[in-house]
Amino acid sequence: MGRTIAEKILAAHTQTKSFQPGDIIKVDVDVALANDITAPIAIRAVRQSGVEKIAHADKVVFVLDHFTPNKDIASANQCRYVRDFALQQEIEKFFDGGEAGVEHALLPEKGLVLPGDLIIGADSHTCTYGALGAFATGVGSTDLAAAMMTGQAWIKVPPTMKFIFEGELLPWVGGKDLILYLIGKIGVDGALYRVMEIEGPAVSALELSDRLSMSNMAIEAGAKAGIIAADGKTEAYVKPRAKRPYTVYASDKDARYESVTVFDCAGIEPQVAFPHLPENAKGISEAGDVKIDQVVIGSCTNGRIEDLRIAARILKGKKVSKGLRCLILPATPEVYSRALGEGLIDIFLQAGSIIGPPTCGPCLGGHMGILAKGERALATTNRNFVGRMGDPASEVYLSGPAVAAASAVTGKISAPQEVMS
Amino acid sequence: MILKGRAFRFGNDVDTDAIIPARYLSTSDPDVLKKHCMEDADPAFPDRVEPGDIIVAGKNFGCGSSREHAPIAIKASGVSCVIAASFARIFFRNSFNMGLPIFESDEASAAISEGDTVEVDADSGVIRDLTTGKVFQARPIPGFMQELIEDGGLMEHIRKRGGI
Repeated sequence: MGRTIAEKILAAHTQTKSFQPGDIIKVDVDVALANDITAPIAIRAVRQSGVEKIAHADKVVFVLDHFTPNKDIASANQCRYVRDFALQQEIEKFFDGGEAGVEHALLPEKGLVLPGDLIIGADSHTCTYGALGAFATGVGSTDLAAAMMTGQAWIKVPPTMKFIFEGELLPWVGGKDLILYLIGKIGVDGALYRVMEIEGPAVSALELSDRLSMSNMAIEAGAKAGIIAADGKTEAYVKPRAKRPYTVYASDKDARYESVTVFDCAGIEPQVAFPHLPENAKGISEAGDVKIDQVVIGSCTNGRIEDLRIAARILKGKKVSKGLRCLILPATPEVYSRALGEGLIDIFLQAGSIIGPPTCGPCLGGHMGILAKGERALATTNRNFVGRMGDPASEVYLSGPAVAAASAVTGKISAPQEVMS
Repeated sequence: MILKGRAFRFGNDVDTDAIIPARYLSTSDPDVLKKHCMEDADPAFPDRVEPGDIIVAGKNFGCGSSREHAPIAIKASGVSCVIAASFARIFFRNSFNMGLPIFESDEASAAISEGDTVEVDADSGVIRDLTTGKVFQARPIPGFMQELIEDGGLMEHIRKRGGI
């Protein structure tokens, strides 16, 4: 019987000779990630265990990206707690201050996550790295503490669901639209406990940034991982960045899938997910008249240079609608620097946007773009739960960067074609 | 172990922002977090909940973030266990890792009403609605997870057994 990519990666990281979906196995992890919100709980657990020196500091990556630049005294204390631990434990892959960026944009960029890796992260969007052909999954802080001490994690072997995107993309459609469409079809628990394996001609045609957006939101369908097999584009991205060897896996032809679903991209227009779940996705032509107060372009989903280029293409020579706040947050220092070099930041400023530092900030209602009661935001982020970006009586709509930028110009949720005649 | 308390009912897809909004994540102190537990889903919950009470929800409870602050807040608020039709996967593993008992039962999730007195036998997974007299059986817990519960969570498990 053939095996899926997920099963091959798990097999390469466990002593268990044979396993089935549903079995619980112990795996060696290549990377264990945490941020300023989740690391403190893990560190406290390590300290309470009495361990002086963690055995696997080389696998640990800490990124201070959520409530940074420190939004208040409590956040500053949390960051200091992580910083002190990182220094004491000699954790080399510690990203702070001007070296920090939104973690799931930063790690691929730095070559710290590679095809064939088994990655756990105390952040639910750790599944982003599935786009590189890795098995990457979000866990809790206690799992992370255990990984720092033992180098291992426990994993319930998931069954795999396959999703195939056929055909060619319609204008202004990107990876974000495909994944919102998919979640709209299967629901926020449509892939619960499962691996999503995403493929097809339309996915092969996507650049890495779009694929990262897709894998990023696998968790929004409840999935444990969202894997896209590595191909030539992946290798071209990874090779110059990697500082250690990696393995490219492909699923066998006779691998077992719990289900196989085919989507035709000819029917997928730019998507918008309505409040208060990512599954409330609609085609832009069905969005109706939705006035918005704020646009956010950034995050681990859509804060990469490719996303900013799309936004700039639309915002160039135009003005943000009066009374609307358009926040643009390049996801990493490198993205910021490239956006400056390419003149994108100037386009954004001329249009009347606000440029923020690389931070998760507004995505989770942390800081730098909080909504008042009754306000509506359209964001390129990944969650639109009640109160996600501020007041519990505010609303978040989700889209890709093209719809977000067009909507910033019109002041209501709009198709890119409306402003790009 | 017998867990007993009043049922607080919630719907499907209760997310971690509803369980503990991110605006409170500048701390992981259980005593602070419990004051805001379930606040955006039911503002009265932190004041009304009493030790032993039980959260009963629909499908996909705990979806969203990996924040362990969510089971920490629930546990600190005195809730003895959560019963749901299904749990989101990170919330599921976090609960076992840190010793918050959770039980999956479609039938109990559908039948238990707000305010019912509910009793759960944590060892057998038998759920009794003492108000209506109905009895339900939760789905069995895998062996390794039972080990985690017996050991008192993942860190104690590692301490006792020298590894995962």
